[in-house]
Amino acid sequence: MTQKDHKPENGLLISPIQNGTVIDHIKAGEALTVLRILGITGSTEESLSIATNVKSNLTLRPKDIVKISDRELSKEEVNKIALISPNATINIIRNYRVVEKVGVEIPDILTGVVKCPNPGCITNSNEPIESKFEVVDETLHCLYCDNIISSDIVDYII
Amino acid sequence: MHHIISIRDFERDEIDALITKAQKIQSLGSYKRTLSGKLVALLFFEPSTRTKMSFASALSRLGGDAITVDSVEGSSISKGETLADTIRVVSSYVDAIVLRHPKEGAARLASEFASVPVINAGDGAGQHPSQTLLDLYTIKENMPLDNIDVGLLGDLRYGRTAHSLSYALSNYDVRLHTIAPKGLEIPQWLSKELKDRGLDIIEHSSMDEIINELDVLYATRIQRERFPDSASYSRVAHSYRITPETLENVRKNLILLHPLPRAGEIDPGVDSLPYAKYFRQAENGIPIRMAMLEDVML
Ligand SMILES: [Zn+2]
Repeated sequence: MTQKDHKPENGLLISPIQNGTVIDHIKAGEALTVLRILGITGSTEESLSIATNVKSNLTLRPKDIVKISDRELSKEEVNKIALISPNATINIIRNYRVVEKVGVEIPDILTGVVKCPNPGCITNSNEPIESKFEVVDETLHCLYCDNIISSDIVDYII
Repeated sequence: MHHIISIRDFERDEIDALITKAQKIQSLGSYKRTLSGKLVALLFFEPSTRTKMSFASALSRLGGDAITVDSVEGSSISKGETLADTIRVVSSYVDAIVLRHPKEGAARLASEFASVPVINAGDGAGQHPSQTLLDLYTIKENMPLDNIDVGLLGDLRYGRTAHSLSYALSNYDVRLHTIAPKGLEIPQWLSKELKDRGLDIIEHSSMDEIINELDVLYATRIQRERFPDSASYSRVAHSYRITPETLENVRKNLILLHPLPRAGEIDPGVDSLPYAKYFRQAENGIPIRMAMLEDVML
């Protein structure tokens, strides 16, 4: 079933999904970055609904929402989101019901998510490896060259 | 399989074990040929004659044989083959690989693709664990690594020798005194990490402040290219130069270390003083590298 088969309900910006994942409370404006981190692009198969700068009644701050049909994200996948949106929540939907709701946590090791800022790092050459960072106190430590990223982490997301 | 990639991978007891092994090897009048029949690839993707000779000598004294590969025009290395592929292939020829490479993290990568142990002989501005181990070895040869004052002098911002040594020292009960020119101070992330690991770090802006209260003074190179003009370089270089006069009132047991080669940091007039241990330090590279080679292959 694709999104087209569902007419949005009154008052809803995007329609409910039957099965899949809803990522809620994404920092406003970061929805596309979230998709990029998850490796979901226009050419992948999932059907998507994206809402940005949604003003909800509960919180005054606007937020983004992403709905991905027929794909249940693993904890590992969603934890990458924590880098840019630590308050995001992940809802796994089966048959229109939320069967699981979890917050995101920054993982201990980030693989292939962040580009090492050190041009001399081996991960920035043509080698068959992915970047790998250890996360300690919101500081990223390159496991190859020992370089540190402590601010503007978003800028280094691949 | 056991690799030696970074001093950060070592627990204190592992460092101590390697140092003890090196002491045992050095105390023997003649070396046992423990690595007889073993073949080691010395893969040098950037020139470092001294490190290469030192590993070759260490290996040969233990009875092992070396295949030396330098990065030269026309070899597969310069034809754009990935390091990962080179390592996979070379792994099948030898019992261990000693790697020198211009890119930081190259040795870690090599250890992921090798089917034999990898020893890091320096990767770019990154790690050079055999240097750090021989530094510790030389300190230990002169005094216990316990309740001592160690001064690090020079370019502490970019100098990898200083970074690795200070990290290694955070395993011990040491007070670390840093003495660096403005702009070349130890990076904040590193000093924070070292403090979190329990190391006492005291920053100084001049050598006179602290030199008379040190047990170890470790001088490193200050490079010309870190300064905007040669006048400011000369000024700094002059005020960081160690001469017989600088050492007039130091502790009797002070040892003076330097990774060599030196530029102008230590006046040759110091060489004959009892504090000068930098040539001994270089000599200690052999037993430490012998211990490292044994450690990964036996
Ligand atoms: Zn790196």
